[in-house]
Amino acid sequence: MKFGILVNEGPFTHQASDSAYHFVKAAIEKGHQVMRVFFYYDGVNNANKLSAPQSDDRNLVKLWGELGAEHNVDLVVCIAAALRRGIVEENLADGFRISGLGQLTEVGIAADRLVVFGD
Amino acid sequence: MSEEIEFDTAGITKKFMYVNRKAPYGTIYALEVLEAVLISAAFEQHACIVFIDDGVYQIKKGQDTDAVNMKNFSKTYGIIAMEKEDADEDEDMDMVWRIIVEKESMEARGLSTDDFVVDVEVIESSELAAIMAEQEVVISG
Repeated sequence: MKFGILVNEGPFTHQASDSAYHFVKAAIEKGHQVMRVFFYYDGVNNANKLSAPQSDDRNLVKLWGELGAEHNVDLVVCIAAALRRGIVEENLADGFRISGLGQLTEVGIAADRLVVFGD
Repeated sequence: MSEEIEFDTAGITKKFMYVNRKAPYGTIYALEVLEAVLISAAFEQHACIVFIDDGVYQIKKGQDTDAVNMKNFSKTYGIIAMEKEDADEDEDMDMVWRIIVEKESMEARGLSTDDFVVDVEVIESSELAAIMAEQEVVISG
């Protein structure tokens, strides 16, 4: 199956991004395709490379980037949501790209299922 | 920056539903769902824009946000109504837009259709669940 993923929360206040990450990993392991992960609302904070969690905590920003690179998953950060939260090219983590909200509609159309992770 | 990736969506029309559950201010969800709805219009998809729970306050008339220093974006819902009108009138366009308020949420807050900045369909929870089950993409906030 071809999945699109929508992540609506940042890496710390809510578990949504962790759940999405584990879902994507499991889906790929089962042989499914994840066409795109779209980060919206506070979800754009998952792409902030200045995020520095304590060393005994998981680093979700890094994990997403690695998962994206390893499995060629398109990690897209919404530009409108990103700009108002100070996520720009200069602090965008490896593996992510910034693009428009149209990319969310697009993956909704193209994927078999859009799975939303949020509060 | 990684390069832009595009998917071929030509000729595909899906049923999108946008579920607004939260009050217009206090969290950013209402504003950012609205932005997503407006962008999606360019893709000529079917769309149900639904207001439930405190989400019904998003389209309430007479919002005054001066005291909380927030942008009053309630007038922007008029653009959704215009998109719906365009979709209704253009016979060449296969695009159905619906603006729906859940009856129970509206009544529990002492509101009626006269209180809203746009014309809405009022639908009971059970029927709304059936409409939701028909959708292909559901985005909530």
